Amino acid sequence: MTGHVLNFLGETKLELGAAQDRSGNWRTGRDDAGILWLALDKVGTGTNTISEPVIRELEAHVAAAEADLPTALVIRSAKTGGFAAGADIGALGDMAGSDGAGLLQQGHDVLDRIEKLRCPTICVVHGAALGAGFELALACDFRIAVKGASFGFPEVLLGLHPGLGGTFRLPALIDPVEAMTMMLSGKTAHTKRAKSLGIADEVVEERHVAAAVSAAAKGGLEKQEQGLKARAFQFEPARSLAARQMRSQTEKKAPIRHYPAPHALIDLWEDHGDDRAAMQKGEIESFTGLLKTDTSKNLRRVFFLRQQLRDAGRGDDGIAHLHVIGAGAMGAEIAAVAAIRGKRVTLGDVKNDPLGRAMKRTAEICEKQHLSCTETRDALDRLMPDPRGYGLGLADLVIEAAPEDMDLKEKIYGGLKGRLKEGAILASNTSSLSVDALAGHAPDKARFAGLHFFNPVSRVDLVEVIRGAETDDKTADRLAAFCGAIGKLPARVTDYPGFIVNRALMPYLMEAMVLMDEGVSKETIDAAALRFGMPMGPITLADHVGLDIALHVAESLRGTLDKPMPEISDSLRRKVDEGDLGKKTGKGFYDWSDGTPHPDSEDKGPKDLTDRLILPMLDACVEVLRKGIASDADQVDGAMIFATGWAPFRGGPMQYAKARGHDEITRRLEQLAKDHGPRFAPDKGWSDLG
Amino acid sequence: MTQTNGQRVFLVDGARTPFIKARSGPGPFTPVDLAVQCGRPLLARQGFDSAALDLVILGCVNVIADEMNPARVAALRLGLGAQMVAFTMQINCGSGMQSIDTAYRYIRDGSHQMILAGGAEALSHAPLTLRQSAVEWFGQMYAAKGPLDQARAMSGLRPEFFKPIVGLERGLTDPITELNMGQTAEVLAHRFGISRETADLYAIQSHHRLAAAQKEGRLQDEIMPAFDRDGTVYDHDDGLRPDSDIPSLAKLKPVFEKPHGKVTAGNSSQITDGASWVILASEKAVEAHGLEPLAEITDSEWAALDPEIMGLGPVLAATPIAQRHDLSLDDIDLWELNEAFAAQVLSCLAAWGDDSFCREVLGYDAAFGHIDRDRLNVDGGAISLGHPVGTSGNRIVLHLANAMRARGAKRGIATECIGGGLGGAMMLEAM
Repeated sequence: MTGHVLNFLGETKLELGAAQDRSGNWRTGRDDAGILWLALDKVGTGTNTISEPVIRELEAHVAAAEADLPTALVIRSAKTGGFAAGADIGALGDMAGSDGAGLLQQGHDVLDRIEKLRCPTICVVHGAALGAGFELALACDFRIAVKGASFGFPEVLLGLHPGLGGTFRLPALIDPVEAMTMMLSGKTAHTKRAKSLGIADEVVEERHVAAAVSAAAKGGLEKQEQGLKARAFQFEPARSLAARQMRSQTEKKAPIRHYPAPHALIDLWEDHGDDRAAMQKGEIESFTGLLKTDTSKNLRRVFFLRQQLRDAGRGDDGIAHLHVIGAGAMGAEIAAVAAIRGKRVTLGDVKNDPLGRAMKRTAEICEKQHLSCTETRDALDRLMPDPRGYGLGLADLVIEAAPEDMDLKEKIYGGLKGRLKEGAILASNTSSLSVDALAGHAPDKARFAGLHFFNPVSRVDLVEVIRGAETDDKTADRLAAFCGAIGKLPARVTDYPGFIVNRALMPYLMEAMVLMDEGVSKETIDAAALRFGMPMGPITLADHVGLDIALHVAESLRGTLDKPMPEISDSLRRKVDEGDLGKKTGKGFYDWSDGTPHPDSEDKGPKDLTDRLILPMLDACVEVLRKGIASDADQVDGAMIFATGWAPFRGGPMQYAKARGHDEITRRLEQLAKDHGPRFAPDKGWSDLG
Repeated sequence: MTQTNGQRVFLVDGARTPFIKARSGPGPFTPVDLAVQCGRPLLARQGFDSAALDLVILGCVNVIADEMNPARVAALRLGLGAQMVAFTMQINCGSGMQSIDTAYRYIRDGSHQMILAGGAEALSHAPLTLRQSAVEWFGQMYAAKGPLDQARAMSGLRPEFFKPIVGLERGLTDPITELNMGQTAEVLAHRFGISRETADLYAIQSHHRLAAAQKEGRLQDEIMPAFDRDGTVYDHDDGLRPDSDIPSLAKLKPVFEKPHGKVTAGNSSQITDGASWVILASEKAVEAHGLEPLAEITDSEWAALDPEIMGLGPVLAATPIAQRHDLSLDDIDLWELNEAFAAQVLSCLAAWGDDSFCREVLGYDAAFGHIDRDRLNVDGGAISLGHPVGTSGNRIVLHLANAMRARGAKRGIATECIGGGLGGAMMLEAM
């Protein structure tokens, strides 16, 4: 909360030195000390990306510097948001088609010429320097990080690796193993870590940028020297040993058949780690090759799916105060996430103990998200346990996260009448009850909707915003904007049993149990799903969700859907009766006492095993599209990926169906229906897909 | 000091944390943490926007290094905004009442309309400090130049340098007389003839009264549960020993003056952490926001006397209020007299009941009278629930207001003794 005086003074302005005159995407100028300032200020956007014109114009500025050598060259961003987000991801697609290698070579040449300039070159980084932005920074002699700066190579998340010299410049600058780890994991190094790794030479506040640049231009910064360990990797045997370790670790998280990029990067480094020219050539070849892989195409698609969902959550939510009813696992994490993102939150429960556990959980989430002591304190201060429900009348949004029991919810809603603030929204975090049925008990149907979070809320990005028949536009918009404000991705859907995600997931879970009842081992079933690329096998997932909840959702879907669903397995009912509910009780189908199980099986099981698991999911997706529950195939894919981790390198269930061919899938479903029953009969929506 | 005409001042509402007994090591909350824990729900249950507050005053004796001016830190952490003026007050055990009194006077004078006034103390966080001699030695070590100089400085090292001074112990010792607070109670017990047994009986009653108040839910709206980040919930004053009886108390040895003293851990207030807030408002603010105050503050008084008998502070502070308003014993329906020590409370009662004391010291013709024990500390006090020094004065005013409301009392006085030889008192009247 900023006071009026600081509001008046505004934020600290970026120090752009002499970089005042705009020409194209750059602002440039030489100051009295002869320092050439280049500030990237991409036209028509708030975020810098490194596009072909940006590189082309940079080349002209570099040529000018070569012709008339300045005292020093400074490169920074003129955008308050940060340095540069990397390559233009849309343009990457075009590159895959045309002369990608030529374009890359052009970029490499410019960066090489910056590196060779005979004056000190200084990159000032505020905010994020990612991908190609980071590579531009690496071409400079020095990097001055403004507090809050971060550096990273997220290319691997797009099925690529760095392509503008990052693969050889970073390992040459810092400990090569650290460099490889950064490129393989896609993880960002924040200011402090960037300094200790040696990426940043100096860390300053924005108000000292001019002084720091001036000092660096006069030779005030020493070039980083790599240690002994780095020099050891000049020798191939040392690299081979390290590469072998990297490969086996990478294979566990990103198997080569699904994710070729990290493996290609390891090969590159092992083969050419001591030969920069070969590495540069290899990087360009490997990068252009990876651009053409389905994995990269699909992962770039996932990037845009995320953007589309995020765009659905823009706007002002008008929600300063959130009240959550029920401090169970879901309610507690919803409250925690909102408080961490700056909302004032009150969390109500009839008992004090769950409120205490919620505070503990919040502190843990703060720690996991690397919040500082003061950030953690402020988040905890914003989250008030509220056993008396004082926050009810103050809240702009009330989220009910009570157990899935219609009578209980009816009772709770009854108690809210006349107590909510004027204009307040009531939303239910229901996963299996009908939003329209619940709306009947709400104080105001127009300001009632479903807001379905996924477990664990702090880690799963997707939230389904379920519009009931009588929910008004403003309420739906505000709820989507609320999701955006707390860092979540809203999928705006209409009321339907299971909405999108559970509707698609339940047949998968239930079919897995039918298979188990047929005598296929749970390890075989889960391993098949993992081989397909799911983050978790269906049996593990059922344990993870909670078998009681899985049973509840399954029963509710069976009762409300027109289509036949798999029979609910007796073994599921038995587990629930015995109180073995999965992860939360330490035992379900698996034993969770030693953490998450990692089922592995050589046995491939029945030939149609994978299709029996996956195709019903696709069929359900087609059904929700046909019924207009979801807006389009992209939304379905985004929802499934960001809620369940559905094999991202396949681009989502609808993308997978398209790639495999709708006719082929319909035929397979018909065959499965013949072999195993009408539950596999293809939805009539398949024929509309074209 | 006499009451001047001005705006009427109302106590609108208030809340406190449970008082948490200091066990081994620092407790889960700092003074500001405690102030936030009870301040949040208090503000959340008001019918007005907290932007209507125009000042925050907090009493705190043992300010910790991370929270200089705890009032301001608390105001910001409570989300009251960058523009909220806030200051901290310190008059030892009277700090939490001094904050109310200051707010009362500001509003009465018309410069403010609504003030949040509190007290916060985490005695379990009281620091360990180095001895002065050790500090000097460290200084010489730092200044030493060259090995010879260093060796010379080193030789000054003494084993007692490593014996830290317990800040709390020093804080509870009067620096003028070098008497510990418990010893001042011993002085009073001797002067007013308070026996060990009557002191113990008083202490038992304090526990029984608090137990009844807890059981009957009389503290429901006053105590807001506190939640630490390990998930522990603190929902009641945990110093209570409901099964206290004479044989168990009689076994305790005197703590301050061994072996013959009468003041024991059992008949003294407990060392605890806790915070308390009240909201004061002018008549104008009450009308503007449609508030329903608990009580009106109608007078206050501070008095001073010899530090070694500081325990009589309440007599010196409360009497002028009674005299100004021409009140007899019967006119005062309820008393909250902070229970620093049973012997000290009983000495105050004895002084008011003593003809010559009242004549010579208080200017009455005869004894003020014996305060009916059914009107005094009706729901227990610091002996059973503890005495976080900077908070207690706030708590007794708040509880007086709540107890008056619960019992339909018309008038009450909250008063306290203050280490160093002071007393504070405040009068409330029902709406």
